[in-house]
Amino acid sequence: MGIDPVTLIVALITVSTPVLLAAIGELVVEKTGVLNLGVEGMMITGAVMGFVVAVNTGSPTLGFLAGMASGMALSLIFGVLTQMLLSNQVATGLALTLFGLGLSALLGVGYPGSTPPPVSDPFPAAMAEIPVIGPILFGHSLIIYLSVLLVAAVWYVLGYTKVGLIIRAVGENHDAAHALGYKVIRIRLMAIMFGGACAGLGGAFLSVVRVQNWVDGMTAGAGWIALALVVFASWKPWRALLGAYLFGGVTALQLRLQAAGINIPVEILAMSPYVITIIVLVIMSSDKSRTALNAPAALGKVFHATG
Amino acid sequence: MLRLEKRPAPSRAWTAATPVLAVVLTMIAGGIMFALLGKNPFEAIRIIFWDPLFHESFAAYSRPQLLVKAGPLILIAIGLALGFRAGVWNIGAEGQYIMGAIAGASFGLAFYPSESPLIFPGMIIAGALGGWAWSMIPAILKTRFRTNEILVSLLLVYVAEKFLASAAVGFLRNPEGSGFPGSRNLSRIDSMNNPELISGTGMHWGVVMAFIAVIAAYVLLNKHLLGYQIKLAGQAPRAARFAGVNPNRLIVLCMGVSGALAGLAGLFEVSGPAGQISIDFNVGYGFTAIIVAFLGRLHPIGILLAGLLMALTYIGGELAQLMLQIPAPAIQAFQGMLLFFLLAVDVLSTYRIRFKKEGVA
Repeated sequence: MGIDPVTLIVALITVSTPVLLAAIGELVVEKTGVLNLGVEGMMITGAVMGFVVAVNTGSPTLGFLAGMASGMALSLIFGVLTQMLLSNQVATGLALTLFGLGLSALLGVGYPGSTPPPVSDPFPAAMAEIPVIGPILFGHSLIIYLSVLLVAAVWYVLGYTKVGLIIRAVGENHDAAHALGYKVIRIRLMAIMFGGACAGLGGAFLSVVRVQNWVDGMTAGAGWIALALVVFASWKPWRALLGAYLFGGVTALQLRLQAAGINIPVEILAMSPYVITIIVLVIMSSDKSRTALNAPAALGKVFHATG
Repeated sequence: MLRLEKRPAPSRAWTAATPVLAVVLTMIAGGIMFALLGKNPFEAIRIIFWDPLFHESFAAYSRPQLLVKAGPLILIAIGLALGFRAGVWNIGAEGQYIMGAIAGASFGLAFYPSESPLIFPGMIIAGALGGWAWSMIPAILKTRFRTNEILVSLLLVYVAEKFLASAAVGFLRNPEGSGFPGSRNLSRIDSMNNPELISGTGMHWGVVMAFIAVIAAYVLLNKHLLGYQIKLAGQAPRAARFAGVNPNRLIVLCMGVSGALAGLAGLFEVSGPAGQISIDFNVGYGFTAIIVAFLGRLHPIGILLAGLLMALTYIGGELAQLMLQIPAPAIQAFQGMLLFFLLAVDVLSTYRIRFKKEGVA
């Protein structure tokens, strides 16, 4: 039974990227105190729009942009409902997911089996042929490098800039932030749209690059795993990267074990990413001090300015 | 400039009117969606909401389907609504539904080919226990480790789906099915069948159970201390704690009841309308029930009406697929839209809209 560690690592990076993108977007959203449970819906809509546009225009870049735009558009519905019409965030997020699953299936009618245009890699092929580090470091499409850069950018902005300070202030205590003159609703809306764009891009990457096909419900809970990752990461960007790669590792490994025909039932292997996500969630949340300290204090609360 | 002013108490008139308003808005937006698909919107809306009940040739088939589809939706939504009221978010009813069906079917098939009249009641109990046990996972993780019940219950749906796949091709596979996936057909085995009780109505034991659940939930919420505690815990968690409400007990209770009801719904479906355990016998009732619960304002009578309406969109959707070639997912998007509009117009019942100029504070 051969599982080559290099191809496994290459696969895990590809598998984790959609989840990582969605998680890093949601992390920013939650940092502003908003819980958007619609990640799954935005991802799947991004996946279908990205795929449809990439197939029809022949340009993966346009596909990625379409994925981002559609995720953003959906997130804007959530934003208007929760921020302006003060609806319950849990219910609205669920609505977004249910709607997104239906909408994506509708938009994707007739597309399963189409072939998306190939995505060119940013590094020359010669570099990807260097043994071991070549495929791991230089053999990916641009979005993968972007996702890591995005994590770095979010880490820097949240921790070391004024914008980050404002985002955190809004997420910790929206009334105080409002009293200081920050536009709580505007800041939250922008964060929500950023989260939507990230989730949509993650979905488009999934359909255009990773699977290279459109299948109904193809995100298969990736959006929910992204939400779990944010908790796992205790709202810290680099930990989200770690968590995503851990999750990707489990998924890539179980797929290879399935292919290798190991003596574990396929269904047990297929369950493993979800079960492991739950176990990790339990471990993280059982540590009282950590989650309590890091969770944004205003997470999920409705903000209504009276003054 | 529009401003929102919080009402001292939610407006009763608007609370009753908003679901109707949401349905009307959904019809308009859905009509636009159907028009974009190149279909006549008025015809589509008529086919979805009118023809299943009153069309001269289709209604005879569709009318009984109304109860068949509303039964599981109502049963699940009643349980979910109790939790939603208490601030306990069980969104994994789909998984509990699957596990209930598997547990119930396994119980029955274990005794095959016995014809004992006790088998079907035993299956009902096993179904409820299966759903209950699956819902206890998020409940206990929540009470013991403070793990978010939303994420755990939802992730368990995917685990349950994989388990269903393994049951359908593995331990529950029909040994006489020449290798095809899927269990024996329960609805064709007398001792395990959940039959249509009154011919031509679609009424089966699951529908009966749904009506019982509506009444029980109504009594619980309006006449019983526990119902009061559920409402209190949702509206004012701190006050509830001072009043001696044990939040952990409430979580276990709400999760358990909703899990058991979802399990029951699964069992009645698999032994009746669906007939057998197959890889995809579940059609998403567990998720649609979330919409039903909200559309019914988390109120038992409201849920009864909302369940019937949602069942109508399922049947009408199938009809529209047949007559206008509207793709099946359009109905799913349509149902999702309904929840959006409902949440959007909800603002009218808790806030008053004022027109006034923005001045200096």
